[in-house]
Amino acid sequence: MKVALSWLKHYLKTNASPAEIADKMTIIGLEVEEIADNSAALAPFIVGEIKAKEKHPNADRLNVLTVWTGKETLQIVCGAPNCYVGMKSVLARPGDLIPKFNEKLEKGVIRGVESQGMMCAEDEIGLGTDHEGIMDLKTDKPAGTPITEVIPCEIVFDVNVTPNRGDCFGIKGIARDLAATGIGEFVSNDPEPVKGTFKSPIDVRITDNNCKQFVGRYIRGVKNGSSPAWMQERLIAAGLRPISALVDITNYLNIGECRPLHVFDADKLQGNLTVRSAQNGEKLAALDEREYTLSEGQVVIADDAGVQSIGGVMGGTPTGCTSDTVNVFLESAWFEPLSVAKTGRDLNAESDSRQRFERGVDPASCIAGNDIATRLILDICGGEASEPVMAGAEPNWQRTIPFDWDQVKRLTGIDIARSEMVSTLEKLGFRVNGNDISIPSWRFNDIRESADLVEEIVRIHGLDDLPVSTMRAEKLPITMLMPAQKREVAVRRALAANGLNQAITWSFMDSKLAQYFNSKNIRIANPIASDLDEMRPSLVPNLLSAVKRNQDRGIKDVQLFEVGPEFYSLIPGEQRLVACGVRAGSYTPKHWLQPGRAVDAFDAKSDALTALAAIEAPANLQIFRNVPSWYHPGRAGSIQLGKNIVAVFGEIHPVVLKAFDIKTPVCAFEVYLDAVPQPKQKGKALKAIKLSPFMPLTRDFAFVMDKNVDASKVIATIQNVDKTRITDVSVFDVYEGDHLEAGKKSLAVQVTIQPIDKTMTDTEIETLSTQIVNMVTRNTGAVLRS
Amino acid sequence: MQQQINDMKPDLLAAIESASDLTTLDEIRVSALGKNGRITALMKGLGALSPDERKQAGQILNTFKTEIANALEAKKQALETAVLNARLASESVDVTLPTRPDTHTGRIHPISQVMEEMLTIFAQMGFELAEGPDIEDDWHNFEALNIPPSHPSRQMQATFFMENAPGTILRTQTSGVQIRTMEKGKLPIKIVAPGRTYRCDYDATHSPMFHQIEGLVIDKTTNLSHLKGVLEEFMKLFFETDDVVLRFRPSYFPFTEPSYEADVGGALAKTVGKEWIELLGCGMVHPQVLRNCGIDPNEYQGFAFGCGIDRFAMLKYNIPDIRNFFESDMRWIRHYGFLPLDVPTITSGLSMNGGKK
Repeated sequence: MKVALSWLKHYLKTNASPAEIADKMTIIGLEVEEIADNSAALAPFIVGEIKAKEKHPNADRLNVLTVWTGKETLQIVCGAPNCYVGMKSVLARPGDLIPKFNEKLEKGVIRGVESQGMMCAEDEIGLGTDHEGIMDLKTDKPAGTPITEVIPCEIVFDVNVTPNRGDCFGIKGIARDLAATGIGEFVSNDPEPVKGTFKSPIDVRITDNNCKQFVGRYIRGVKNGSSPAWMQERLIAAGLRPISALVDITNYLNIGECRPLHVFDADKLQGNLTVRSAQNGEKLAALDEREYTLSEGQVVIADDAGVQSIGGVMGGTPTGCTSDTVNVFLESAWFEPLSVAKTGRDLNAESDSRQRFERGVDPASCIAGNDIATRLILDICGGEASEPVMAGAEPNWQRTIPFDWDQVKRLTGIDIARSEMVSTLEKLGFRVNGNDISIPSWRFNDIRESADLVEEIVRIHGLDDLPVSTMRAEKLPITMLMPAQKREVAVRRALAANGLNQAITWSFMDSKLAQYFNSKNIRIANPIASDLDEMRPSLVPNLLSAVKRNQDRGIKDVQLFEVGPEFYSLIPGEQRLVACGVRAGSYTPKHWLQPGRAVDAFDAKSDALTALAAIEAPANLQIFRNVPSWYHPGRAGSIQLGKNIVAVFGEIHPVVLKAFDIKTPVCAFEVYLDAVPQPKQKGKALKAIKLSPFMPLTRDFAFVMDKNVDASKVIATIQNVDKTRITDVSVFDVYEGDHLEAGKKSLAVQVTIQPIDKTMTDTEIETLSTQIVNMVTRNTGAVLRS
Repeated sequence: MQQQINDMKPDLLAAIESASDLTTLDEIRVSALGKNGRITALMKGLGALSPDERKQAGQILNTFKTEIANALEAKKQALETAVLNARLASESVDVTLPTRPDTHTGRIHPISQVMEEMLTIFAQMGFELAEGPDIEDDWHNFEALNIPPSHPSRQMQATFFMENAPGTILRTQTSGVQIRTMEKGKLPIKIVAPGRTYRCDYDATHSPMFHQIEGLVIDKTTNLSHLKGVLEEFMKLFFETDDVVLRFRPSYFPFTEPSYEADVGGALAKTVGKEWIELLGCGMVHPQVLRNCGIDPNEYQGFAFGCGIDRFAMLKYNIPDIRNFFESDMRWIRHYGFLPLDVPTITSGLSMNGGKK
């Protein structure tokens, strides 16, 4: 909210500087975001009077002016079309800083004629945008008068008023708060009530409970011209455009007193006014030039002809005031905050009135507000006021809170004298009666219990003497993170160590693409963009989009991972934590030491196993071929613990890649962190290792078998031949091709044998080798390659 | 004997000296000292001499034999050195060639890094970690936090609503975790809760998804001075400077009373050219919030705070635009990200941005 210093001083007597006032506002919770001050910028300029005007000898559109400064005459070349002899305008002399150019004016020679200064247009001194001509000050002040004495200079605070402070949406409320700090004295400036000389021809009634009180007054014989300059200046400073005296007066009270009002052109009303609920489909052409279609429950003010105003939100054009208006009816009413908020939101109608009503307008201000406005109308527009008419009554806002004065110290740790607490509350308008605190009407929507009073006292007291208490752990937890949370950290570090870069992508995605990922259709009703409208059913799609974005920027080798939630239900908590990664392009680039290699499913498998190792997954993981539909059916696998799939990996299905417009293969993995059981607590001590003194030996075997025999089966078979002595089985060659029968492959393995308690004889080794061959043949149909 | 030696010696030494390779040298050795070598033959001849002659001749012969053996050994070493030098010369490589490409240095996202830094500090102060769901209900995100429907502050938080599920939203703040923790009924409470949060807002300083960390302490004595103590200590540790000035500015949040914005001044603010930087919102937990969770506000009290992790990351590591956090641009991640071994610890430091870029 924009608060002009002069307007603030209407309610606050103070000698404090603008900076002091701004600091104080911020300290008491009325944060000043900016102080705008045009007086410094205008300081150098003075009034210059044009004494003579001659055509420029060398330029048709320029004049040579003789300008009187009050002390001397200057010769000035000027191009403004509107200058005339006798005109007083803004004079800039050499050395003055011109705000528009942020440069100092220099003496110059224009087309052969010396110019000793400049007459300024509005935009050049930063007052507006007008550049049609130089400013015509039309002032009585003599040449040489500082411009700051002719043009109103204003210091304007831009205050961020929190939504609980309805009262501070009026400058009066801000002044009251400031006065409580001792920076000045609060002046309410309420005028004497206007009695009225006749009975209002228009009566009012209320039939909807969301309007509690309506105070009206008929004023006849007004003249709706321009409002006075002082009022226009304040409204402009507040960011409002002056319209006409009557409209300006209502705006003035809205901003100054937080008292929304409306003025009807009484001659355009038919019959009496009723505050009632709208009927479905009723329409109003409103002052914001929109037509609103109303529905039941929305509070309106209607005459015999229909709806004329949306209560607390906006008036209607047909009964609005114009320059021809002679008789008016002034409305000062009180509407329930929630009702105004709902109506405004449903109609999407913004107004200063709505903003104030929904935050809580002083419920005791209907009569006083009507009086102030009536007084201003009579003073500015003339006319004669009726006696007030009223429907409803002041709403019941009174509240008394029993207060434990020690609570201030208990909640904040600050010692404040009771006398100071009482004084603060009283200055803010509370009534203190022993331990019973009665709230002022303007705080009805905000102060409800004792904690609120603590805030008031401490807010005004300030926190300069807030002690600082350290908060040491009485007992440190052995580990802060729960096992599940530790996993997230561990898996991130492990995957980064495996060469993947951590991304954090949106939790939402494009619903059209989600269809490729077993979508559960968990949609956002109001997405930020139409392609971010579904909660992701998998982490893969957003990482694929990331691959695409990177490739479009020329980054062909992409290695990304994310650890985050995927969503499978609308029910809070039905999400699961997944570690997911993608690789595209080459795993190792072309290099002089080694050939380049493209990423493949085994990189993804390695990443998945790395993640599983990081979360201490059990060793009995098995690989199967059942994979989600977004993977390549022949180049992907699942990793299972018993029947539970704990991870999937492999190449992404080409159809899916096409949907993402990705032209290269992409390998991905997903590890479902919650699907892996927590390792059993077995204590931290490890089983002792037994280091054999005997040399291990290796034997190589090459088997020929059907192509579809799983390598894992061959390996497991060999391991099972002698679980103690066979310590490793590694595959060092896989061959399919011309030298083999069609449909066959050759698998070459190296078996490491570790003698346990003595070296093995040749016969023993031979026996073990024979056993290995026989078992592999029996389990897989493989034969030893000759 | 001496004569025989004199006859043999110059030729033999010359032959040794001029041997061009180890094979030739060995042949010379065999011809002199081998089983049928000339010196060996002289040794054999000693047997035919008288004991006196034998003694004298033997001494002369042995001296000669040693001389030849030494010459052979010296030459052998010289030849071997030459062979090795030749081999080394032939084996040289261009060590200025680049090494094998490193495929094993991924990066940790700055948000995760900063989150771990924060947790490390709070763990030290004895906070536990709590979590809550991203898809949240109206009760936990709003109502229990003293934000009834139509409350103006709901408009301050542009909310994402879920389709076909009235009252289900994406959480706008991590404060819902406060409620979930208090509802469990275990007191006292001392938790922090980091997580993803969502608001329908998108520009250079607002992202529709961002991260918050929430703090909550509920016991019988914790007051505003403890809040200040915790936050001040946190700032000092997090930004690794003692030059931290913390200012509490009264503000408004429906779930705290009194409510404050915490601004930080001092050197930190000066680095971004400001006197104060708004850092977080905090306050004493509103009695109505306690009542909503079945806790008696006459007996229990405490504080809550919530701050943007992304914002802290931007400030600490001088990262300009929040939108880049979620772009997954490899160049950005590798520039602003952290090495896998950059684990923040109190022991060796929380800030890991040195020496790797």
